[in-house]
Amino acid sequence: MLFVTALLVTAGVIFSRYKYIRRNIELGKSWKGEHNPAERLRLMILIAFGQKKMFARPFVGLMHFVIYAGFLLINIEILEIVIDGITGHHRIFAPLFGATIYQILIGFFELLALGVLTTCIIFLIRRNIVKVERFDKPEMKGWAHLDANLILIFEIVLMFFLFTMNATDSILQMRATDLVNNMDAAHYKVFENTPVRFLVSQALIPLYDGLTTTQLVLLERAAWWFHIVGIMGFAIYVTYSKHLHIFLAFPNVYFTRLQPKGEMNNMPSITKEVKITMGMEEPAADAGMEDEIPSFGAKDVTDLTWRNILDAYTCTQCGRCTDVCPANMTGKKLSPRKIVMNVRQRADEIGQRMDEMGEYYKPDDKMLYGDYVTKEELMACTSCNACVEACPVNINPLEPILEMRRYVAMEEADVPDAWKAMLTNVGNNGAPWAFAPTERFKWADEMKNQ
Amino acid sequence: MSEETLRIPTMAELSAEGKSPEILFWVGCAGSYDDRYKAVTRAMIRILNKANINFAVLGTEESCTGDPARRAGDEFTFQMQAAMNIEVLNNYNIKNIVTACPHCFNTLKNEYPELGGNYDVIHHSTYLQKLINEGKVKFGGGEFKGKRITYHDSCYLGRANDIYEAPREVLEKLDAELVEMKRCKSKGLCCGAGGAQMFKDAEKGKKEVNIERAEEAVAVRPDYVAVGCPFCMTMMGDGIKHFNKEKEIKVLDLSEFIVGAQDL
Repeated sequence: MLFVTALLVTAGVIFSRYKYIRRNIELGKSWKGEHNPAERLRLMILIAFGQKKMFARPFVGLMHFVIYAGFLLINIEILEIVIDGITGHHRIFAPLFGATIYQILIGFFELLALGVLTTCIIFLIRRNIVKVERFDKPEMKGWAHLDANLILIFEIVLMFFLFTMNATDSILQMRATDLVNNMDAAHYKVFENTPVRFLVSQALIPLYDGLTTTQLVLLERAAWWFHIVGIMGFAIYVTYSKHLHIFLAFPNVYFTRLQPKGEMNNMPSITKEVKITMGMEEPAADAGMEDEIPSFGAKDVTDLTWRNILDAYTCTQCGRCTDVCPANMTGKKLSPRKIVMNVRQRADEIGQRMDEMGEYYKPDDKMLYGDYVTKEELMACTSCNACVEACPVNINPLEPILEMRRYVAMEEADVPDAWKAMLTNVGNNGAPWAFAPTERFKWADEMKNQ
Repeated sequence: MSEETLRIPTMAELSAEGKSPEILFWVGCAGSYDDRYKAVTRAMIRILNKANINFAVLGTEESCTGDPARRAGDEFTFQMQAAMNIEVLNNYNIKNIVTACPHCFNTLKNEYPELGGNYDVIHHSTYLQKLINEGKVKFGGGEFKGKRITYHDSCYLGRANDIYEAPREVLEKLDAELVEMKRCKSKGLCCGAGGAQMFKDAEKGKKEVNIERAEEAVAVRPDYVAVGCPFCMTMMGDGIKHFNKEKEIKVLDLSEFIVGAQDL
């Protein structure tokens, strides 16, 4: 009963978090990608499910794959635990497979769990002792740093409980005939006269063998509860954490922008304006004063598309984008990861305010550009697409950067002076440099007169 | 090649004669005005002449594609340029465009269609590879035989449009030793000039991007750095100069290798 309640509470919390995040993502403007479900599915299987881009860095890719595979497969064991919890059985899958196969199966999961445990320890060392450069950037201070460590410690603790649970269970099975309490005896006598040991956890048996049977039952139950409640807690925690990528990687890769990376999105409102300027189109007859003047580019997250915000909630702050950013590696302030993190922070801020104020919601006076992202960061981008290429889950940090640049150029008209000169040249002379358009073909004369 | 036979036909001329070319060679602003990069334009003209291609240029009717304006955020200036260029191109009923500039290439190919300009646009690396494969351009190693060449991937050709092999295949024909830098192909490092950075000073940092990249190029001890982009050419050239290596390491465009090898 207690278990079912815990399960329902977890489901409830996760559902409300799901609604909250979904609403925040929908703060963004509409986005309609190329309709190509086959290609999208292919990418999702290859990149999200198959982890293809993670292997651009083979060693880390392999370690990440261990955790990923462990997570996917250990879910089968979690399923058993959940069914046990609901029905009051113990190891309900055991009779289904028979002692030997069950032992091998759980042994395999334990091997994965050991892999997860080991990898998490290596990752903790990489983050805190070896100090991999990309985990040590300014945007990784505070919560981002703590969050990453918490997840790793969480996983280590969960694995420890799993092993303790299995080890104590093995001992109890061996002592099943000594169990005074009939209920306990029935509980741990799953395999009749062939008590099972599991591949990894049997190493812990000597550690617990000295305990009395009563203590063991207590410890086994406690480990069982801590393990499963831990997993429920983890599931809830994930929705607040950068670790949300374990779910969002899939939809995010599915909604990859399929155009060539070099193509910047068109602004149809300006196409219309240009056509009117060039006399190719008449202004709409109903274009009255009441028409709201459209704003250009992005000043806040609400000016970005929902796909940009989905990107931000998917980001796990691995920093591969920042690591390959030419501006960042030469010491400029721009960090693509920071921009993506800022988008999530800002969406969260607006979302929380909406929930707090309810129907009396009024926007605050903060903005993504200005309060989170500075002009200096935006101006340093070479639009080289290295960040887009590097992201293992197809996040596009370039799009929000260029959208905010559009705001700087068209709403603030405050690009660097050199750009102002360049723009004037393009507009007046048809070249970014101050050459007369009549001189454009001079190279041909020069060539002929050589 | 004697000077009398060198053809540089303009669209206006061909159109007046009622003719239309097979391809339009889009020269670009750097190709028209930049002293160093004009050599690439000349190289292309020589190759097109030698291969006997029915081509034309726009001459004074060409204008900036608007790429740097769009990347700097000024969509209005970009679209004004695009609208004017598209009008010219459509009036001449242009179908095929070849350009040596990856930024012009990307804009013409990917960004003009939505504004009413639909052309088959090819970067000169792909076009040169095609001419070589068709046997229209033939050359041996010439002065490049056995030399070390490293190719610098430009972002707007590589990551932006997935063109990695064509430039390398052109260079392979030189009988030279192709060496790759640590960061190449999809992991290639920007020269630092894209996204309109060419036209302003870099933000404060500890290093210039082109120095970082030139350092990588120098490290593989090449005789030549091959580029396929006017911005890359300037940035790599300056970077090599920064290390005082301009005597040992020359920065050349793909087309210049062909002209050099063929002694055109």
